[in-house]
Amino acid sequence: MAPITFLEAIRQAMFEEMAADPSVVLIGEDVGVYGGAFKTSEGLLEKFGWERVIDTPISESAIIGAACGMSYLGLRPIAEMQFIDFIACCFNQLTNFVAKGHYLWNAPAPIVVRGPSGGGVHGGPFHSANPEMYFLHTPGMKIVYPSTPYDAKGLLKASIRDNNPVLFFEHKFLYRRIKEEIPEGDYTVPLGKAVVRREGKHLTILSYAAMMHTSLEAADALAKEGIEAEVIDLRTLMPLDEETILQSIRKTNKCLVVHEDTKTGGISGEIAAILFEKAFHDLDGPVLRVASLDTPVPYAPTLEEAFLPNAQKIFTAANELARF
Amino acid sequence: MPATATVVKPKLSRQQYLDLYYYMRLNREVEDTMTRLFRQNKIVGGLYSSLGQEAISVGSAYALEKKDWMAPMIRNIGALLVKGVPPRDIFTQHMAKYTSPTKGKDGTSHFGDLENLHIVSPISMLGDLIPVLTGVAMAGRYLGQKIVAMTWIGDGGSSTGVFHEGLNLAASQKAAFVLILENNQWAYSTPVRRQVPIENLADRAKAYGISSYIVDGNDPVAVYVTAKEAVDRARAGEGPILIEAKTFRRRGHAQHDPAEYVPKEQREYWEKRDPIALYEKFLTAEKILDAKGKKEIEDKINTLLEKDREFAENSPMPPPELASEGVYCTGDDCHKIRPKWERPIAEVTPPKSSVEPVWIVEGFGRGKTSSRENAPIHFGDTQPAAEEPAAKAKSPAKPVGKSPARKPAPAKSAARGKARR
Repeated sequence: MAPITFLEAIRQAMFEEMAADPSVVLIGEDVGVYGGAFKTSEGLLEKFGWERVIDTPISESAIIGAACGMSYLGLRPIAEMQFIDFIACCFNQLTNFVAKGHYLWNAPAPIVVRGPSGGGVHGGPFHSANPEMYFLHTPGMKIVYPSTPYDAKGLLKASIRDNNPVLFFEHKFLYRRIKEEIPEGDYTVPLGKAVVRREGKHLTILSYAAMMHTSLEAADALAKEGIEAEVIDLRTLMPLDEETILQSIRKTNKCLVVHEDTKTGGISGEIAAILFEKAFHDLDGPVLRVASLDTPVPYAPTLEEAFLPNAQKIFTAANELARF
Repeated sequence: MPATATVVKPKLSRQQYLDLYYYMRLNREVEDTMTRLFRQNKIVGGLYSSLGQEAISVGSAYALEKKDWMAPMIRNIGALLVKGVPPRDIFTQHMAKYTSPTKGKDGTSHFGDLENLHIVSPISMLGDLIPVLTGVAMAGRYLGQKIVAMTWIGDGGSSTGVFHEGLNLAASQKAAFVLILENNQWAYSTPVRRQVPIENLADRAKAYGISSYIVDGNDPVAVYVTAKEAVDRARAGEGPILIEAKTFRRRGHAQHDPAEYVPKEQREYWEKRDPIALYEKFLTAEKILDAKGKKEIEDKINTLLEKDREFAENSPMPPPELASEGVYCTGDDCHKIRPKWERPIAEVTPPKSSVEPVWIVEGFGRGKTSSRENAPIHFGDTQPAAEEPAAKAKSPAKPVGKSPARKPAPAKSAARGKARR
């Protein structure tokens, strides 16, 4: 099969799941006639009809509410946020209604909320968000953030089939910048499993989404200095694959967490706490973090580059960590 | 038909008249029992009264069929009873007992039943149920079930943003959805005049292009007949309908609130218009109810409530270990809801979709002018997706276009990922 983009992987996952299961529907802004602002749903309306590919008013709360209500009759709606930044508009519906349903009244809401996230494309402060941590703090939702087309397709299919609400973040920087050959036919990637992208023995770099690729670039540079970094792609933030993380730390004894989300309150703090609780005696150095600045995402390229982590920043932090 | 209409009351059957009476009395007795339990400190949290609003809960829910869906609000105990919830579920919920529908995880009317009674649990954030029940109606239409979804909102809750989003989506989807707006004049301590600058909240329907009714919320027959007409119209495909039921909240926001902010004259006016007392007078005059019949109904209610109250009082609190259970749905049978198809599935599955898109823009979404490769998309696509086919074949995970400065060429990275997944 010809290699496909991340974007095409998303489209294929939705297309195949909708073709295989009539309970899967897509609801969102401009997902039908226009095929989505990023063309992830192109061709779906034509194939599946307007009852299954539903263009809505600009009403994020209503999109999530309706998706939730549809799931109560046995459907498996995919709700698209045109940009994931707008998920803030339906924060209440997600955190209070959708996420609490199973715990409180045994009402699972198998919906997937997906949309383009992340910066590096000069989208500015309202089109570049990484809002995953707002929801990691909300019991009841799963959070997926893939970095490759193979994973994007397999994880999205697994998310659609999951019986819980899943937030599925698609880093828009990766949409068309990477291509990958993927197997023909149906496959899934299980939620809650991290993957070792590069093996190493001197330190572990934990990352996900676009920063996973940046971390690998830094790892190449570190290798030239004789530092072999192990790079782990978390893929799913909730549930977090603690086993794979701990296994790696027990081997390398050092941990650097890299994410594009802002530093304070990012998942790096949570991971550091887990390591202190469960692997304190395995650590030979501090858990270091490379993350975005604690500011809104600025617009100008010079500012955004200063805001975001890059391979150089990761290289510097890893070098510092390696000295312990 | 004018945007806001009233319904001429037809004659109901004797049984219908008596059903409405029974459920209103049951509604009031359940709440009176709970008030006593509250004063005995047996209700764990708050208690919200619907005293004087029983005709709305009972009359509107009575218009629904068994297969229809509803989501009550905090003052719709009567609707729960009509839909088939036993009083003991309401007692155990308020008393946080392990035997309650939520096993003590939530209180009040915050519980539901997806499988049998088709009740969606409310939450405290007002208005959220409107898009949820819109979704229920949309799914019902998709599955061919011909159901109607109903929920309630107060004058207070009608000021939320999601009220607008939900009702507008319902209208644009022509969803079979009926919204009962209980205008009880007070949002906690704020009178309706200070919340909304219009006389009739039903007027808002015009803005959504939907039909509406105004009904005397203290007249159960008027509420039922209006709701029935609305439910029938919604089921027939006319789209959502808004019913404003005018009434008055005779107690405070909750038990703790003596509602001293309510003017004496207003209270006196509405207390003379008690829906149960007025209805009893009507039933007696029509010779539908006599002293003997009334006594029989009272005995039936007393026996039921005595039994259910005792059950609730004797039920245990949930075990502490329950606190950590059930956040996620795990295991194969945690999600038992399967779609009930009442139309041929072939209609909605490829290669033939049943319905054409409601509108078509030539070339869009049809793979003609907007090719998957090069269609202009929002940010993230400033570099053109130009690449030699030969290069594609050589490097399966090659970055498209110029490699950006801040991030590595992910070619190698993704290839690695592939090798090691």
